[in-house]
Amino acid sequence: MDMRSAWNQPPVIRVRDLVTSYGDRKILDGVSLDVGPGEIMVIMGGSGSGKSTLLRYILGLHRPDSGSIEILGKNIQKLSGLEWQKLRQKMGVSFQGGALFNSMSVGDNVCMPLREHTCLDDNTIRIMSRMKLEVVNLAGFEDMMPAQLSGGMVKRAALARAIVMDPSILFFDEPSAGLDPVVSAELDELILRLREALGVSVVVVTHELESAFNIADRITVLDRGRILMTGTVEAVRNSDNPRVRSLLTRTVEDITIDAEDYLRRLTEGTA
Amino acid sequence: MAVELQQTGCFRRLGETTGRWFVHGVEEFGYSAALLAEGMFWIFVGHWFHQRVRLRAVAEQMMNIGVLAIPVLSILAFANGAMMAMQGIYTLRDFGAESQVITGIAISVTREFGVLIAGIVVAGRSGSAIAARIGTMQMAQEVDALRVMGISPVRYLVSPILLAMLVMMPMLTILSDGMSILGGGLISCVELHISPGIYITRILASLSVIDLLQGLVKSVVFGILITAVATSNGFGTQGGAEGLGHSTTRSVVICIAAIVIADMIFTFFLSR
Repeated sequence: MDMRSAWNQPPVIRVRDLVTSYGDRKILDGVSLDVGPGEIMVIMGGSGSGKSTLLRYILGLHRPDSGSIEILGKNIQKLSGLEWQKLRQKMGVSFQGGALFNSMSVGDNVCMPLREHTCLDDNTIRIMSRMKLEVVNLAGFEDMMPAQLSGGMVKRAALARAIVMDPSILFFDEPSAGLDPVVSAELDELILRLREALGVSVVVVTHELESAFNIADRITVLDRGRILMTGTVEAVRNSDNPRVRSLLTRTVEDITIDAEDYLRRLTEGTA
Repeated sequence: MAVELQQTGCFRRLGETTGRWFVHGVEEFGYSAALLAEGMFWIFVGHWFHQRVRLRAVAEQMMNIGVLAIPVLSILAFANGAMMAMQGIYTLRDFGAESQVITGIAISVTREFGVLIAGIVVAGRSGSAIAARIGTMQMAQEVDALRVMGISPVRYLVSPILLAMLVMMPMLTILSDGMSILGGGLISCVELHISPGIYITRILASLSVIDLLQGLVKSVVFGILITAVATSNGFGTQGGAEGLGHSTTRSVVICIAAIVIADMIFTFFLSR
């Protein structure tokens, strides 16, 4: 994909000054992010950096304190129920644990969005879902229950369900979590192939460096709710930001202690 | 001085705890009511919002909530009827009015105990099952998956249950009434040496439509209560396996408490 032509088009996702909090604690603090059409954007960061939270807000699962999120040119905070529903049909999501419906077979899981959102007859729906299962190399597994599948297969089945409506944006939450390196590499390959075949934009949230460098067009590094940097794989690799470096080289960072803050935390809530 | 300070601290904490409980209770009540309202909304207008409540899902819930409860409910209701007949005959014997037991059974079963037993059985069976099912889905991010697919979780999970409850609770109540009267009949016929025909005639003579309706109206209210409590506990599940156990237990306990208290309030107003 020629990234130059992509950058001239308006972004498919546009996040501006997103601020979110959990109780009194700020989780995201002024996050801004653009994802271009056909681009694979990897959001990277350590545990607790707020990367999964960012994804949940982009998916519209929570309301932010302030800031704006636009998807395909529409401000998601101002959408009516029906408009949201339409927009969501253009978004495919693969959750960390797959989130397949455990009470349904793999085939029914993949069919579900079609059954709910289209008036196609059942045969067509079956054929379409089989096509998607074929894409993720799960042909013939449609009668299995999710509990009978291995971790990698669950992820691929979730991916098949995510692409069954032919979305324009795909979201992945930790695609390689809990998978061995080979399966994880296969999944990366699959994501790249899908981008080629469908021309979708892809947002991947991960903490796996190798996978991030493999698939990303651009990488956003999040740390403690703020964006450290956004740039191409090369730019992130060559960054001299100490916190980016420590994430890349897996070194333990020095924990600096603010004496006053430390005392306040210790004595908080006591009389 | 120190003792006094300690005491005020103690009272303050008591006040705080009570206040927090109260606020939490109000919050939960509001949440359940909102869930119910939304569930009802999708049943009536879901069609125009492309969120149709699937008949298949409703049928599945009717099976789980209603049909599968029939065996246990029948046994409990039968036993309850027999028990009432025994107690009634024993107590009324002192007054030489044993035969009045039939009127007593007819009225108390249709107005009160038939529906109460149906409610408790459904609360015990479905109250926990619904909370556990929704809670598991919530923890496995399946509820989030529904939302990002553009499927309203309330329409998909709550509305079918609500509809099934509204249909099945009155039916189960009728079954429960019938089985209780049958149980009472068995004991009455043996103890009072009357024929089943006479028993039935006397039951029918003591019943009015109002008595039956009272039970049926209550059954609908119980169905709504169970749906609200069980689904809101399911969606509120947090914190792994322990949290799931907690919310399932809580669901059953609150369901039964709600049913009994609602029953009392109803009886207070309806029997005046």
